[in-house]
Amino acid sequence: MDTVLQLLLKGISQGCVYGLIALGFVLIYKATEMINFAQGELMMIGALIAVTFTQYLQWNYFVAVVLTVLATGFIGLLLERSLLRRMIGEPPFAVLMVTIGLGFVLRAVAGMIWGHDPQELRTPYSDVVINMGDIVLGVSNLVVIGGTIALCIALFLFFRFTRIGIAMQASSQNQLAAFYVGIPVKRIVALTWALSAGIAAIAGILFAPLTAITPNIGFSGIKAFAAAIVGGFGSLPGAIIGGLSIGIIEQFMQYHFGKGLGDTSAYILLLLMLLIRPSGLIASMQKKKV
Amino acid sequence: MRFVLKTNYGRDIDIFKHRAHAAWYIVLIGLLIIAPLFLDVFYETQLTELFIWAIAGAGLMLLVGYTGLVSLGHVAFMALGAYIHAILYSRGWPLVLSIPASAIMTGGIGVLIGVASLRMTGIYLAIATLAFAMIVEKVLAHWPALTGGHSGFRVDDPTLFGLSLDSSTAYYYTCLTVLLFVFLAVINLLRSPTGRSFIAVRDSEISAQALGVNLLRTKTLAFALSAALTGLAGALYAHRIGFLFPDAFTIMTSIMLLMLVVVGGLGSLHGVVFGAFFITIVPQIIAIVRDWLPTELVQRGGLEPLTFGAVLILFLVFEPLGFYGRWVKVRLFFSQFPLYRKKTFLRQKSYLKTERVH
Repeated sequence: MDTVLQLLLKGISQGCVYGLIALGFVLIYKATEMINFAQGELMMIGALIAVTFTQYLQWNYFVAVVLTVLATGFIGLLLERSLLRRMIGEPPFAVLMVTIGLGFVLRAVAGMIWGHDPQELRTPYSDVVINMGDIVLGVSNLVVIGGTIALCIALFLFFRFTRIGIAMQASSQNQLAAFYVGIPVKRIVALTWALSAGIAAIAGILFAPLTAITPNIGFSGIKAFAAAIVGGFGSLPGAIIGGLSIGIIEQFMQYHFGKGLGDTSAYILLLLMLLIRPSGLIASMQKKKV
Repeated sequence: MRFVLKTNYGRDIDIFKHRAHAAWYIVLIGLLIIAPLFLDVFYETQLTELFIWAIAGAGLMLLVGYTGLVSLGHVAFMALGAYIHAILYSRGWPLVLSIPASAIMTGGIGVLIGVASLRMTGIYLAIATLAFAMIVEKVLAHWPALTGGHSGFRVDDPTLFGLSLDSSTAYYYTCLTVLLFVFLAVINLLRSPTGRSFIAVRDSEISAQALGVNLLRTKTLAFALSAALTGLAGALYAHRIGFLFPDAFTIMTSIMLLMLVVVGGLGSLHGVVFGAFFITIVPQIIAIVRDWLPTELVQRGGLEPLTFGAVLILFLVFEPLGFYGRWVKVRLFFSQFPLYRKKTFLRQKSYLKTERVH
């Protein structure tokens, strides 16, 4: 029972990270119909910027977190403005390849700046552990879960009550109509990229204390992508649910069948999902009509 | 400008447009045949590698460039081809049997994956193949009894009818022969109704269907042929590296293959050769440039992925038809010399129809 709880907790916290990255995928997809394969790399950049602020510059942790999110958001804005805006109207495959190329470049640049040695993000809660009977809870795990819940609530409020949030919803549902009623669609799309990069940075900051940070942690973006599809691409709650299910299944498979199957379980789940129910848990697609 | 007078319908699908066209290719093949006489061993092996990449690229081009299906997991077929061939060969099968057998078996697996994933379109197919590649990579690493796992699998030296192909020259000719055979086969396929139906499916599934093309059959066939060709390249690659290990076939290789196809030029076999050339020459150029860069930067590594990523982005933004597209423009510029208009190749932007409900 205890191991089950322990695995569940670990799975949930890992799943939250996948869910947050998947959230970034879905946000950009809904806003621009583009799939940003470099989302995992943005998370990696966010984590490394946080390391720079806290370790090298010795700033206060909370100040560093805010600045990291802003800095990564700015990078996202810059990418949209300089590169992705040119790709509007190109075939989806070309856009996908551009973001794959972008992932290569970001990973290489991160390797050149920060090196390939594993780094550690020190947080005020790094080594704090709660003992509850036989269960050992790392506070880092709890912070991931709490952070994800808080972020989800914040996003919900943002999309529900702020002018920009509602404008984002409008331009995602129908760009042309949004443009007609006076929403600056281009600016909104750029802001969506910034928002999605910011969320990736938060995912990076939450994920970093659980692991060692190298430029290669961006590869968990692929699993997050699986999460987005399992949840139903284009659905925000679906992204989180997909992330959680992949995180939990991965932990249990790893515990029972070893690391090999643990690592592949996300992809097996993805393939099964695509075969059985391609539209995902929360469907938001329909078959294309002529 | 040259005008070709066509006197019958067959001339529309001739392999060579006119005599000079054929003459250039004969010169090229002749040069490749005599190349080992005056080339260094280093260049010989590089050319051999280029041939292998071109075979794999022809396979992927058939799928991505001609049928319009995107696969992010083609490395899996290359790995399967390499491992199946190496295992069969080590169990005493002759080379002439085990290479085709590996290609056929890989094609068979391609059919399975194809049938399973053809219910998906576009990006979903790409992701499904990516997941498949991830799974294959893990299986190769975690099945030591058959594949040697992480400790690797030694590939026996190639012999053909008692003749050793181990020397770089012999292997050069082997790969060249296979390459020419593959290219001829693909060219002929594309001239045939089957190849035409591939292109029809790429351009519009709905109109292809309306014209009586069986979508499922066409897509599965394209997938199978593509997988088989890539598997064939994998089998040749096995002897080229001599030692198989799962890390030789990562998702990076998959993306390199896609890069080959995109940078070379989607939808043209010339593009495959240009792309293969690009893939083989970039690491060499980087090796030369490296000497001029500050050592601190070089030691950090990452120059290669940086170059590949940047070139890929630049091509997609500025020249989506790749090297071949550029070559077509240059050729037209000279053939119409003072009258070339930039607008001839104006890119058409399309409005994307969403598949979302809300």
